Amino acid sequence: MTTTSPKITARNVSVYYGDKRAIDDVSIDVTQDEVVAFIGPSGCGKSTFLRTLNRMNDTVASARVEGRIELDGEDIYAPDMDVVQLRARVGMVFQKPNPFPKSIYENVAYGPRIHGLTQSKTELDAIVEGSLRRAGLWDEVKDRLTDSGTALSGGQQQRLCIARAIAVEPEVILMDEPCSALDPIATAKIEELIHELKGRYAIVIVTHNMQQAARVSQRTAFFHLGHLVEFGATSDIFTNPRAERTKDYITGRYG
Amino acid sequence: MSRSLVPEVPTGTAAPIAHRPTDWTTQASRRRTRRRYAAERRFRLTGLAAVWLSVGFLAFLLVSMMWQGLSGFTETRITLPITLNLDITPERVAGRGGNLALAGAGLEGAVDAAASQAYGAGGADLLSDGAWLRVRDAVKADPDLIHRRFTIDVPAAADIDVAAKGEGTPAAEAQVARLTAAKALSRGINRGFLAQADSTDSTQVGIWGALKGSLLTMAVTLLLAFPIGVFAALYLEEYAPRNRWTDLIEVSINNLAAVPSIIFGLLGLAVFLGTFHMPRSAPIVGGLTLALMTMPVIVIAGRNAIKGVPPSIRDAALAIGASPVQVVFHHVLPLALPGILTGTIIGMARALGETAPLLMIGMRAFIAAPPGGVSDPATVLPVQIFLWSDEVNRGFVEKTSTAIIVLLVFLLAMNGLAIYLRNRFETRW
Amino acid sequence: MSGLSLVILILGLALIGWLAGRMRAAAFRRGSRRRYSSQPVHHGWFVALWTLVPPLLFLVLWATVSPALVTDAVLTNPAAVHLPPLGFERASILSEARSLAQGQSYGAFHQLSQTLAPAYAAAQARYDWIATAIALLLAFAGGAFTFTRVGPGLAARTQIERVVMLLLLLASLIAILTTMGIVVSLVWEAGRFFARVPVADFLFGMHWSPQVISMRDPGASLGAVPLFWGTFFIGAVIAMIVAIPFGLMSAIYLTQYADPTTRKWIKPTLEMLAGVPTVVYGYFAALTVAPAVRQFAVSIGMANASSESALAAGLVMGIMIIPFVSSMADDSLSAVPAAMRDGSLAMGATSSETIRKVLVPAALPGVVGGVLLAVSRAIGETMIVVMAASGVATLTANPFASATTVTKQIVDLLTGEAEFDSPKTLAAFALGLTLFVITLLLNIVALTVVKKYREAYE
Repeated sequence: MTTTSPKITARNVSVYYGDKRAIDDVSIDVTQDEVVAFIGPSGCGKSTFLRTLNRMNDTVASARVEGRIELDGEDIYAPDMDVVQLRARVGMVFQKPNPFPKSIYENVAYGPRIHGLTQSKTELDAIVEGSLRRAGLWDEVKDRLTDSGTALSGGQQQRLCIARAIAVEPEVILMDEPCSALDPIATAKIEELIHELKGRYAIVIVTHNMQQAARVSQRTAFFHLGHLVEFGATSDIFTNPRAERTKDYITGRYG
Repeated sequence: MSRSLVPEVPTGTAAPIAHRPTDWTTQASRRRTRRRYAAERRFRLTGLAAVWLSVGFLAFLLVSMMWQGLSGFTETRITLPITLNLDITPERVAGRGGNLALAGAGLEGAVDAAASQAYGAGGADLLSDGAWLRVRDAVKADPDLIHRRFTIDVPAAADIDVAAKGEGTPAAEAQVARLTAAKALSRGINRGFLAQADSTDSTQVGIWGALKGSLLTMAVTLLLAFPIGVFAALYLEEYAPRNRWTDLIEVSINNLAAVPSIIFGLLGLAVFLGTFHMPRSAPIVGGLTLALMTMPVIVIAGRNAIKGVPPSIRDAALAIGASPVQVVFHHVLPLALPGILTGTIIGMARALGETAPLLMIGMRAFIAAPPGGVSDPATVLPVQIFLWSDEVNRGFVEKTSTAIIVLLVFLLAMNGLAIYLRNRFETRW
Repeated sequence: MSGLSLVILILGLALIGWLAGRMRAAAFRRGSRRRYSSQPVHHGWFVALWTLVPPLLFLVLWATVSPALVTDAVLTNPAAVHLPPLGFERASILSEARSLAQGQSYGAFHQLSQTLAPAYAAAQARYDWIATAIALLLAFAGGAFTFTRVGPGLAARTQIERVVMLLLLLASLIAILTTMGIVVSLVWEAGRFFARVPVADFLFGMHWSPQVISMRDPGASLGAVPLFWGTFFIGAVIAMIVAIPFGLMSAIYLTQYADPTTRKWIKPTLEMLAGVPTVVYGYFAALTVAPAVRQFAVSIGMANASSESALAAGLVMGIMIIPFVSSMADDSLSAVPAAMRDGSLAMGATSSETIRKVLVPAALPGVVGGVLLAVSRAIGETMIVVMAASGVATLTANPFASATTVTKQIVDLLTGEAEFDSPKTLAAFALGLTLFVITLLLNIVALTVVKKYREAYE
């Protein structure tokens, strides 16, 4: 495998909510064409850290981020960084599927529209179709694009959210426990989808489910109480973890 | 274990209390229970009575208004045989200025003469002051009538009208009896009521002037209160930081919503009329005053509607790269709109029924012509009702109730629309 | 050029600016794969705003300043030497000249107005041309300047969004402005009143007859205590005697005993009582209730019962207030945790015992808050008392006699042709200020009580 320069580099990142420190001095790299999984017990900060990567923490008034996070070498917390464009380049899929209460077509078309990615209706149609295909949803919805997005099943809604994120042509996709609200069959479909998507996008997935992490990711980061305890190849983490805490978590001693 | 489960009472001499279940079958017990059930029944019936009596008050109010006012939509008419011998040609009548020509030719006098001829010396008094207008309209429709003999039903005078509807003076009732015997009395729809403006004669009076004034005032109120209210609600819910200033704004709005409406009238008087010298009793001043009163209601409804939009929608929009303004205007506002509209309609309904603040800014004069624009003197429907309620003439009692019916119909329609909107568009998240 | 056509012209220019800005933005984007944070539409709006807003702001400013400028120009006219010195007559001559010049009137009382009118017209025309020129200049300048700035570096969307946020903020400030306006205008006018009438005379005086105000001692006939008593008697006593039992028992029945269908239909029906306009209640009170009350009083032997009795007004007011009490009580009763009710029932208590001994005490803060809000509403009510109660201020506790309230007196004082400055009209503002303060206090206390209660259960 050629060593590509990392897509996202995070150095000495700490996150504070008021006086409380939620993330302590985390440094991590994410490269193109790979899936990185964040695992750890509840409340260890994995979602918080994930949200620093697309500056969603900006919406919380008391949140403060220290350290440096770079996307393709640019500091994303620089004052002149356009947050709106950042969030188009780094997409996010949430734990509970949250399609807009609009039609399926409109859900996917909204992003390209506000970012001005198309000049004509045919281009927009093509983007919508392409995104839905890549999300594995096209065949199921191609005859009912005008139906409401909220009328779909849970698994379909989540795939719609993935299609929506894909439509603005991101470079990275962040997924915050995307399958925890879904049944096993839908979960399997999403995992299959992640496998297909990793060829085009860098994917960071936060998951509660260690088996899922083992199935989908190439590298895994283990978080505990706001610290990054161990980060390495998934196979290493799960078969031969170096840190004691990692071993305890993997074997189910806690969490 | 042989130890007793009952703790020992710490007075040495007393024997431990034997624990027996209550005997519910004794006379005393049964009597108590029966009394308690009786009290329960009485209490429940009191509650039921309170509900039905309250509903009954409302029903009584509405029914008594209807009872007195429905007849105002009808008018009493007298059959009048008439031959007009006016010095005027059918062409002149049919042409432009025909109305003026007919008036100039003495139509009114001819009608009075015909009445005297048909019904004796006091015949002209039997007719309404506006009766000749009815004849005029008939002649304009068919100009050939000016040289023919014809009969026409014209509106009766106020006291005849009142007597025919059951409440008149003995003299008037006698006249009514006479006319009925001669088969000269009839009843018809009072079309003028909705089309004419105020008048001193209760048979010619109409609410169009007041209705138009109300419409203009409501338009001004809506145009001002709705955008300001919605924008303020959006700012306070979505963008405002939590500090002393925004708390102050919030407290002001909540208090403004509970201030008595007459205070807004005083504000309008002092500021709009006193400092800005705006035209007295004009819809623009009334609308401004009512807008200040309605705006807090819209803000509060708007905030509740906006609060109901789930945060997940905002997160999804932000994550896809929408700016905060785009999130609010593309996603939050459309979803909150049904709630906002419901609140607005209810606020406007309240403004439509307001009287006191508009009295303060001078809308209590007799306005004979409907307002032409927002800066002409006008009155509104509730004020018109108030002014008519002071009139002594019995005919106005009826017309006041009729006007009340019209007002209540409007309010019912508005509230019904609000309820319909709420039920149809309220989404459960 | 008339004001309206100037505004339309500026709007047209703004539209052209919008189209031009948008086209130019689309042009520099064509062929480039780069992402831009602002879309062509945003550039269009940016140009349009800069074309539209500066001239409009200027025109608004001009509208306030120009009458003074025109008047100054007229004063330089030789004929103006004959004007009387600063005062009412001078102002009326000038305003007559102005309306002659504007074509709003045709005859004039003063000869001087006729002479000055042409000077007015000339000055007005001159200043109108200056204003038009400046406005158009601003429009063109704004549009041209921003048009040249349209390019990849222009953060048009950010600018536009800042303007939108500013508008939202301004809208919120109007709420504060209104409150301030109320307070300032009431205090100001009331201040002028209290300059003539001592506060103590007003607040504690027992004699109210504004028709006979002596100039030496106006406070002697402007003692407001009878009004306070009347307001309290009608609004807080009689009305509440009706509203509280009916409201509370209705709420109890609807929350505890009624089946869901009944509740679904009856609750909105009760709310309708609050939706009937007060002028209708007033008419109903005057026409139907007051005579009935009088009949009743006569039949039980009171010879001089009034046909404008406090009881009539109070009864109808109470009926109107029922939904205020019942809806707050309903909310409070529903908010009591089901566990409390279950606990009591499980002990063998009947429903009524549970309600009386457990639920109502638990819901009491909310009920009390509702009652206070209802009292505040009743005190501020105007039309019912204007139409059904009298204007004679008495200090009687007899419900069949007449009494008057603060709100009715405000209406009476401000009708009629009294000068705006007399103690009579100013007294209305003093009464208004008192009313405002009292209702504000009641509302604050009510909301504090309710809020405290909500915290206890959540």
